[in-house]
Amino acid sequence: MCLSIPARVVSLEGCMADVSAGGTIFKANLQMVENIKPGDFVLLHAGFAIQKISEEDAVETLRLLQEMSDAINDSD
Amino acid sequence: MIKKIVSLGHGSGGKQTRELIREVFAGNFGMSEPLTDSAILNIACERIAFTTDSYVVDPLFFPGGNIGKLAVCGTVNDLAVSGARPLYLSASFIIEEGFSLEDLEAVAVSMAEEAQKAGVKIVTGDTKVVEKGKCDGLFITTSGTGILPAGREYISTGIRIRPGDKLIINGPLGNHSIAVLGARNNLSFTTTVVSDCASLNNLIESLCDKCSEILFMRDLTRGGLAGVLNELVQITGTGILIDENRIPVDDPVRGACEMLGFDPLYLANEGKILIVAGSGTESEVLKILRSDPLGSISEVIGEIIPDARKRVIMNSVTGGKRIVDMPSGVQLPRIC
Amino acid sequence: MILTETHMKYIDEYRDRDLIMKLAGQIRRSASGNYTFMEVCGGHTAAIRRFGIPSLLPENIRLISGPGCPVCVTGTDFIDKAIRYSERSDVIIATFGDLLRVPGSESSLEKMKALGADIRIFFSGLAALETARLNPEKKVIFLGIGFETTAPGTALTVIKAAQDNLSNFFVLSAHKIMPPAMEAILKNGTALDGFICPGHVSVITGSSIFIFIPEKYGTGCVITGFEPVDILQAILMLINQVNRNDPSVEIQYKRAVTTEGNSLAQGFMDDVFEKCDATWRGFGLIRSSGLALKGRYERYNAEYEMPVKTQHRSENELCICGDILRGLKTPDECPLFNNICTPENPAGACMVSNEGACNTWFKYRFA
Repeated sequence: MCLSIPARVVSLEGCMADVSAGGTIFKANLQMVENIKPGDFVLLHAGFAIQKISEEDAVETLRLLQEMSDAINDSD
Repeated sequence: MIKKIVSLGHGSGGKQTRELIREVFAGNFGMSEPLTDSAILNIACERIAFTTDSYVVDPLFFPGGNIGKLAVCGTVNDLAVSGARPLYLSASFIIEEGFSLEDLEAVAVSMAEEAQKAGVKIVTGDTKVVEKGKCDGLFITTSGTGILPAGREYISTGIRIRPGDKLIINGPLGNHSIAVLGARNNLSFTTTVVSDCASLNNLIESLCDKCSEILFMRDLTRGGLAGVLNELVQITGTGILIDENRIPVDDPVRGACEMLGFDPLYLANEGKILIVAGSGTESEVLKILRSDPLGSISEVIGEIIPDARKRVIMNSVTGGKRIVDMPSGVQLPRIC
Repeated sequence: MILTETHMKYIDEYRDRDLIMKLAGQIRRSASGNYTFMEVCGGHTAAIRRFGIPSLLPENIRLISGPGCPVCVTGTDFIDKAIRYSERSDVIIATFGDLLRVPGSESSLEKMKALGADIRIFFSGLAALETARLNPEKKVIFLGIGFETTAPGTALTVIKAAQDNLSNFFVLSAHKIMPPAMEAILKNGTALDGFICPGHVSVITGSSIFIFIPEKYGTGCVITGFEPVDILQAILMLINQVNRNDPSVEIQYKRAVTTEGNSLAQGFMDDVFEKCDATWRGFGLIRSSGLALKGRYERYNAEYEMPVKTQHRSENELCICGDILRGLKTPDECPLFNNICTPENPAGACMVSNEGACNTWFKYRFA
């Protein structure tokens, strides 16, 4: 259900943006997200950007995971 | 100026038909007068390979090619992967009334160019014009024939394949499918991806010439790599293990696949082949492939394994294993 | 995949083989008992298969697939209605690709298309709207399927149709919401140790909609992303909840999900839709689990503007899709499985969708 992947905002025009998934450009409606600028990553679902990805939380999740797995490996 | 179009008159068998054939086709294909009912060919050999294929594509012109180029490459490749040296092609055209003559000429020109590149001759053909709405612009059928040199008979059947033999592809997957879908414009995406449509007979010839252990080849058209691998395990009665990390896919293709819910293993290619090479010969095969622009991103993607259940297994990017099953129906873009 | 120039940010780092192996090791060490977790989202089912997650898990962890594929749970009646509409020469059916092969009681949209119906596949409702603009002499009926993730898009499409005063765009809505179905599963007595909760539904709704699950039923919930690292981390979080005997709602998918969700999207949904009773294939009627267009948008409601009659036909009586969707039975217990019902010729909903439990079971079991 609900296929959606992060895509990078390339350019904006009104409430529409071009977003890039690996270089392929999709049209994204931006009316459900705020304060979007080029370079941001949004989750695109069926032509609508439904969320801006939080870089801070993404980094934090990975940092915690790395710490956890490093700790495990140290204790092994 | 009024755009010149194909009319039913062009299919009537009269003067207009003769003009169409002479001006658009025979001229471009280098057919010599008088135009006869059959091409008479001199082929001195014991074994002849013979194949036929029909081509329909929407849109008719797409980044990297058009239906005509496709019709030449496809049939040339079908012959070449059997180990044969393609020589002669036929080309039949079913044309919708109202089709642009300029477009038809463009198709014929690119067929002539591709035939020249591949070193084959288009020696016979036919045209029919059907009423508006009875076909989608233009359909082409090409048949081809070529010489099968001695010692290559086993390639199309794969009977010499054994566990341990290596699986090689000559480049990234899915470019043709994504280029064509992008050109269709109804899925709200645009892409820089260009169809991989190309004749591979020269590449294949140098491979067969230099390597004695080319055990099987197949072009990865409809059904993609997944389709061919699943056919292969049925032929050989073995299993296959491939590694997802070794399978080249261009980023824009990958991006389109992730977004639309496609799997690149199932997408059609028009210039990609699977090669099974004897164990130990893979680096030699890679070297030859990579020295050609049509094989510069070649990779060993896996190997034949013993498996009575005849499964195609893939080590996914995660290291977890999954089965790659036979394609069923065309892939449809999905939202869930 | 071999990465050429760039890598895909927010995807590739969550597919890191090293990190995945470490997580799998930690799961093995933490899993002291037997655990059954249900992923309710078809996207998770697909990711779990695609990345070979089961082969990374110890045998005492069982993953079962719930009702979260909107294709699987869309009733035959909806397909039959869409087919009736497609028979009209003044209608263009606009649909996501997902629905094309779903069997109705007698046919499918794919078959109708083959017989000449004007059925077009789109990636977005907005493209369907554009088709309506370009074809003023036709009525464009958009088939609205999907959960909370997809419904706001349909809502916004309807709002745009209203703004432009388009008179030839209509929605046939089978939109549904997730929590009532999850509650139906719990009421049914399916023994579950935790839910792998739908990440993209939660992007819209926020995590708070699941709070009743641990509070009322004592079952843990982890809202999960769709990459292999996400799924493994969520499984680990659920194991820890069980081991601590502390069921709660946790967010693994923090880079996209908040407690409150996306208020703009919720606003569009509330403006256009109201809850209605809905039939789920395999479950029957679930109260207040569907979304219907509100009265003020009724001129965009296909059923209101162009009512069609369909004969109610029950699904194949032997089909056990319902029990499978509720996690009570496995596909091989079905008398139709691999017999009458195959991926090429699906009888039940779970065989239609690539993400359906029977479809995936078929691929892996019989490969």
